[in-house]
Amino acid sequence: MPSDGSVVISTTRMNRILEVDVERRIAWVEPGVINLELTRHLAGTGLHFAPDPSSQSACTIGGNVGTNAGGPHCLLYGVTSVHVAAVEVVLPDGDVVVLGEEEGDAVGYDLRGAFVGGEGTLGIATRIAVRLTPDPPDVRTMLLDFMTIEEAADTVSAVIAAGMVPSALELMDQQVVQAVEPFANAGYSLDAAAVLIVELDGLPAGVAQEAEAVELLALQNGARSVRVAADEEERARIWKGRKAAFGAIATIKPAYYLHDTVIPRTRLAEVISGVNAIAERHGLIGMNVFHAGDGNLHPLLVFDDREPGIMDHVYAAGEEIVRLSLEVGGVLSGEHGIGLEKRRFMPLLFSPEDLAAQRLLRDAFDPEGVSNPDKVLPDGPSCGEIQDLPEVPEGTWV
Amino acid sequence: MGVSRLEDFREEVGPSGPVCVRGGGTRWLVGGPPDGDSRQVRAPSGIVAFDPAEMTVEVGAGTPLAELSGALAEHRQEAALDGPPGSTVGGVLAVGRSSLRRIRVGSVGDALLQANCVGADGSLFTAGGPTVKNVSGYDLCRLLVGSLGTLALLGQVILRTWPSPERMLWMQGSATPEAVRLLCYRPSSVLWDGRQVSVCLEGYAQDVEVEAAALASNFGFVEVATGPVLPPHRSRWTGRLPEGGLLEVGTSVVHGPVEEPAPEPGPGVAAIVARLRSGFDREGRLNPGRDPYRVAA
Repeated sequence: MPSDGSVVISTTRMNRILEVDVERRIAWVEPGVINLELTRHLAGTGLHFAPDPSSQSACTIGGNVGTNAGGPHCLLYGVTSVHVAAVEVVLPDGDVVVLGEEEGDAVGYDLRGAFVGGEGTLGIATRIAVRLTPDPPDVRTMLLDFMTIEEAADTVSAVIAAGMVPSALELMDQQVVQAVEPFANAGYSLDAAAVLIVELDGLPAGVAQEAEAVELLALQNGARSVRVAADEEERARIWKGRKAAFGAIATIKPAYYLHDTVIPRTRLAEVISGVNAIAERHGLIGMNVFHAGDGNLHPLLVFDDREPGIMDHVYAAGEEIVRLSLEVGGVLSGEHGIGLEKRRFMPLLFSPEDLAAQRLLRDAFDPEGVSNPDKVLPDGPSCGEIQDLPEVPEGTWV
Repeated sequence: MGVSRLEDFREEVGPSGPVCVRGGGTRWLVGGPPDGDSRQVRAPSGIVAFDPAEMTVEVGAGTPLAELSGALAEHRQEAALDGPPGSTVGGVLAVGRSSLRRIRVGSVGDALLQANCVGADGSLFTAGGPTVKNVSGYDLCRLLVGSLGTLALLGQVILRTWPSPERMLWMQGSATPEAVRLLCYRPSSVLWDGRQVSVCLEGYAQDVEVEAAALASNFGFVEVATGPVLPPHRSRWTGRLPEGGLLEVGTSVVHGPVEEPAPEPGPGVAAIVARLRSGFDREGRLNPGRDPYRVAA
């Protein structure tokens, strides 16, 4: 959403895949390339672009860079920043620079790393060199179901504590499962309190060894059943359900508000019950479908937006969820970013000194503050105070 | 340790006068020697918190790398930090050179989740956050890694950890690096000296052994006790391997016998860098004399 008076620059038609270098495992793309289109384009090369947000059929690589996007498989492979080698950027003053290198690290400060996740406030990406990851030789997708969310969350912790990092560890609660299953026919148990998707990939012996260990840990932690996808078709159905989850919510109520916070992954169970209690207190339906392996919650507040006054409850509940996440040692956002929405929460996580340091980064790229103004950082208190003065002293920057 | 040691470090750094941080001193001259007038300070040392089930560890930046590695190894974990014997955590982060095993463990920049720092004005600030995934605000941690302490001084950090491999071995033989990369799935390290390839295989024992056997039968590779000895200087790959050089395939780092100058940044980048440096440290009091742009790789 642009702030008042901003000119909107759209890069969606800069949508060419410019070059794929299979040997060096690099692709240069324009920012408007759709994430899934790059994946499709790479079919047959034995390589893929690892970040796979649930919105990958609609989101662009430029957007992925702007938000430092994640996705289920970032648990093992890392978020977008890990997979962006270099970016050509039009800086707010019109200068064009290339940050990063096709391979390895650029000399000096990691300006590439600073730019990724800058939410458009540091300049505009016009060409992006993404790192391509070899397709794993073996993949095992497991579907576990549990009669309580706690058991599912404990299984997540047990798997990580046992020294395994699955490529994905996704949790869906009963309400999500019941909304999704009629569409996806993924075989999720409708009476389970929680369903956990565990995907393991890599070389065959390790995958087999980890699959055995995951099954054992799941059963020890109360899993009712463990199903392993027999073939690619079954695997695709299991994932289709997960990725279609947000769309399926429309069968319950016409509107939802999606949150994105991260908590320590050992505290999943208590925070989810806290989130559900918050939703209930505000007369909303709380639903959970999220990246459990890295503690990245995506609570959905589901409601009927025609109900008078309901948005007040949605916003209030959202704030309580953010506060709860921070109380247990979490952060404001795992992959969606701050934008306008969470700017006001930044002082809950960061001290004035922390925010001042972040401001320095922003100012180094955009000293005039013209690129995507009003995003990410809250207005400085000094700025607000000055605006409240009847007369602004001459020469003061407001 | 925790807050009080961090507060002591902040007081030691203070708000004025040139300071340089001493870690293990193992790469003391990287980026230029510190100015003679600088007061030497040391960051706090010790492990603050390690929760194996979170796969994160919080340590003082002055902690010897060996101490960290030992504590993590007790739980069969490791962090993507690597340096000469005697290195400290903060030193490895400030120098910012990734492990030779980068393909497996990730870059050193990927490892830093949160940093409690002392800024040039002598105040404490925190960059990043404690969780393994976080996009709350700007990614200051990325800027701090490899900055040689010129933007802020690392006091205490939270690092991401990974499970240690069950088995590791080095294979060596004659083949093109690309043929090796096609045969092996994500080997931890592939080094090429112009004739021979050395490859580090890590993972579950059976997988490692299968890949080693494939290298042996396809290209006549043999197992060697360790990786090759690295020549002392580093530069970026320019398309030609210097005499006596060794290329880290996939990262463009060349280990060579001769020191190479670093390329000059272009004017656009130089302008950003100048604003960063004047913004974070107007008087240039943090590690004066050091310059990340003098480091070739």
